[in-house]
Amino acid sequence: MANDLLHTEREFQDFLDAHLGQELLRFTTAGSVDDGKSTLIGRLLHDTKSVYEDQLAAVKKSRVNRAANGHVDFSLLTDGLKAEREQGITIDVAYRYFSTSRRKFIIADTPGHEQYTRNMATGASTADVAVVLIDAKAFLREGKLLPQSRRHTYIASLLGIPHVVAAVNKMDIVGYSQETFQAIRAEFVELASRLGLKSVTTIPVSALEGDNVVTPSTNMTWYDGPTLLEFLETVPLLMNEPLGPLRFPVQLVQRPDASFRGFAGQVARGVLRAGERVRALPSGRETTVSRIVTWDGDLPVAAYPQSVTVELEDEIDLSRGEMLVAASAEEEGNLPQASRHVRAMVVWMHEEPLVVGRTYIAKHTTRTVRATVKAIRYRVDVATLEHGATRQLAMNEIAEIELETNLPLFFDPYEESRTTGSMILIDSLTNATVGAAMITGASKALDDTANGAPALVLLPGRPAIAERLREQMEAHGYRAVVIDDDLIPEESLVAVIRALDLAGVTAITSRALASDAVDGLVHAVSGFTQRGVLRGDELDDEKVLEIAGGVQ
Amino acid sequence: MSSAIADDATTLLTPKRLNHLQALEAESIAIMREAVAEFARPVMLYSIGKDSSVMLRLAQKAFYPGKIPFPLLHVDTSYKFPEMISFRDAYTKEIGAELIVHRNEEAIAAGANPYTLGTQNCCGLLKTRSLLDGLAEGGFDAAFGGARRDEEKSRAKERVYSFRDSAGQWDPKNQRPELWSLYNSRLRKGESIRVFPLSNWTELDIWLYLYAEKIPIVPLYFAQERPLIVRGGQMTLYHDGMKLLPGEEIRTEKVRMRSLGCLPCTGAMRSEADTLPKIIEELLTFRRSERENRAIDHDEEGSMEVKKREGYF
Repeated sequence: MANDLLHTEREFQDFLDAHLGQELLRFTTAGSVDDGKSTLIGRLLHDTKSVYEDQLAAVKKSRVNRAANGHVDFSLLTDGLKAEREQGITIDVAYRYFSTSRRKFIIADTPGHEQYTRNMATGASTADVAVVLIDAKAFLREGKLLPQSRRHTYIASLLGIPHVVAAVNKMDIVGYSQETFQAIRAEFVELASRLGLKSVTTIPVSALEGDNVVTPSTNMTWYDGPTLLEFLETVPLLMNEPLGPLRFPVQLVQRPDASFRGFAGQVARGVLRAGERVRALPSGRETTVSRIVTWDGDLPVAAYPQSVTVELEDEIDLSRGEMLVAASAEEEGNLPQASRHVRAMVVWMHEEPLVVGRTYIAKHTTRTVRATVKAIRYRVDVATLEHGATRQLAMNEIAEIELETNLPLFFDPYEESRTTGSMILIDSLTNATVGAAMITGASKALDDTANGAPALVLLPGRPAIAERLREQMEAHGYRAVVIDDDLIPEESLVAVIRALDLAGVTAITSRALASDAVDGLVHAVSGFTQRGVLRGDELDDEKVLEIAGGVQ
Repeated sequence: MSSAIADDATTLLTPKRLNHLQALEAESIAIMREAVAEFARPVMLYSIGKDSSVMLRLAQKAFYPGKIPFPLLHVDTSYKFPEMISFRDAYTKEIGAELIVHRNEEAIAAGANPYTLGTQNCCGLLKTRSLLDGLAEGGFDAAFGGARRDEEKSRAKERVYSFRDSAGQWDPKNQRPELWSLYNSRLRKGESIRVFPLSNWTELDIWLYLYAEKIPIVPLYFAQERPLIVRGGQMTLYHDGMKLLPGEEIRTEKVRMRSLGCLPCTGAMRSEADTLPKIIEELLTFRRSERENRAIDHDEEGSMEVKKREGYF
């Protein structure tokens, strides 16, 4: 058939252009075990002709069929793993792909089983749209929305998904009743407004019968809104990232030969322009973007989420984990916040609970730091949305916490930017990803500049006194950090010390560095701070504490 | 693709949303750079197929104007099509990539083959074992693979960073959650990560990109008159020295390969598609999935899942 349609070069070119010009929409689906979510996705795939004959044949001959009345069990198209097919549940996030003539779609299919809140958060983290399934039959039975539906809607709001659509399923079982649909819609809209969701839509569907999924229902003539697919094909893709101020976290320094030094990364927010004045964080140094380099040629501009390599006019120090912003950011009042103290909403994802006082590894943009949980401000009861006190957080629980990091983070609130406001927490012993954090703000404003305390104290080979000095400085109201952690490679020391200096924090190290490395370090640090370097190698312990420790 | 970016850029005063291939490209490049920044010794698993060809181009783009900063590893089962091997050698040389070829010589010398061992055991020895040995020999802590989530149901659950224990095995029930584009690269000694930069690409995306970027691929993908025999219900290309079983005869048909694996286990399909546009047209009319012609995926229900748990891609 395509052979007939596309028989000339010209027509094929048109087709190709149309395909190349398509937008990508990512959506996530959330529903409880019996809401019929797999069936809905199977129906979407089937009715958009995204299922191959051999896959459909395998489903038709499968031993398992949970659909009654001779229906094809569409849920089998998506239940990927053997264990799931046998138990009839979905145990992990699965990604599906289909396209129509209007858009390309990626579905993050996440299970709605009680203990799998973390999976929904995962799928939701990259989604433009959330489809929350609501079982009309269960609503009639309970007389209200199930707790799961409330949880799913809450997580969609927490993860900042721009659009939420409630697909009210099993309308066939409730006699396609407009009254039932209206009751569900009223309750959902009330919930959505309480959660501050800006764009919500409610659609009555039957995934099993196909009503309003892809084709308009003939059983619900009282409904004149879009089908689910029409909605997904036409919903405007509102995204904050390209519109915000420039944020370019450096991923990698490219230095293929002596003539080229470029900074590779993905524009996380805003637009980068060749010839534009930019400021490097944390150094504060300003320079001009001389080129935006790609394999396909230099670009005059690059916008979120393009991956490019930036060449700068001046030889400034800039390395992985640091960031370029517009030089005008300060006067425009849109610099990212810089702090070692952040507040964040966290979804806990591991059996081992989050405990106040524990230190985790946090990854934020391209920067990896250590983060200590200072406090749990409150835990959210996802069914009632009420706040309560707790000392620890179990898997699938959600709370607002306070973190202290060993290096400052440059961030925007998650509400403004999913890319520069998000962070994952990693257990430093098992390396498991244990939490997803959405930064709400700084828990202390920019740390006060510590007048009098040096930017750097060198105590080669003396870790004990380094630690004592840190404790004493903290006791006297200064902020100090020992930077002997092997997470910080030697070549990053200057950048780290500079970052700490910007936040008014003293860096202390007991590393045994080569003497030319020490000279280089002292020279570099003296170049960006007035606070000075204390070389403790010729001083005894008491003298070090006296000079740097705030003991007068 | 490239021209599309350039066109946008010259007219772009306010940012415009990228089209889907540009968005996928940007994501894949970011994934590769992140892995190179964070892992001590990455390698790219290069299978010579169309997906590998796309992955290789993305690597060239990611590290431009530098060279690809990691070697390519090809696991050679000795059953690959001769056209694949000559393409591999010529193309990697042309782009200046470092190529490592690993073979399980012991099993090959012992005569491992799918007919007597069965496809599962044969794959286990010549692919999975060989791959794990090759990774261990090179001391690689991260391996880029060209797998896509749309290929097969168990792959739909793969992470972009797929954690493997010290035996190289995948535990689907114990995967690290993966949020936003923040990937967890932390490992203990002996553990490794398979990195899949093409996770979100579909088969159609791959072909559109090959076309838009003019990326060279193995000629076996294009339809041509080729000698073949019918064995085990599939059209197997005939090559010199192949022993015919009773009742088999060589005939010639215009065929092409939709995906490339080992010669005995990858069937050909009848096709008139001898150019990329024709392949894309043909793909749109397909009603059967891409791996249908791969004997290895059908030997048992959930077969791919079993292989992956053991360390296969």
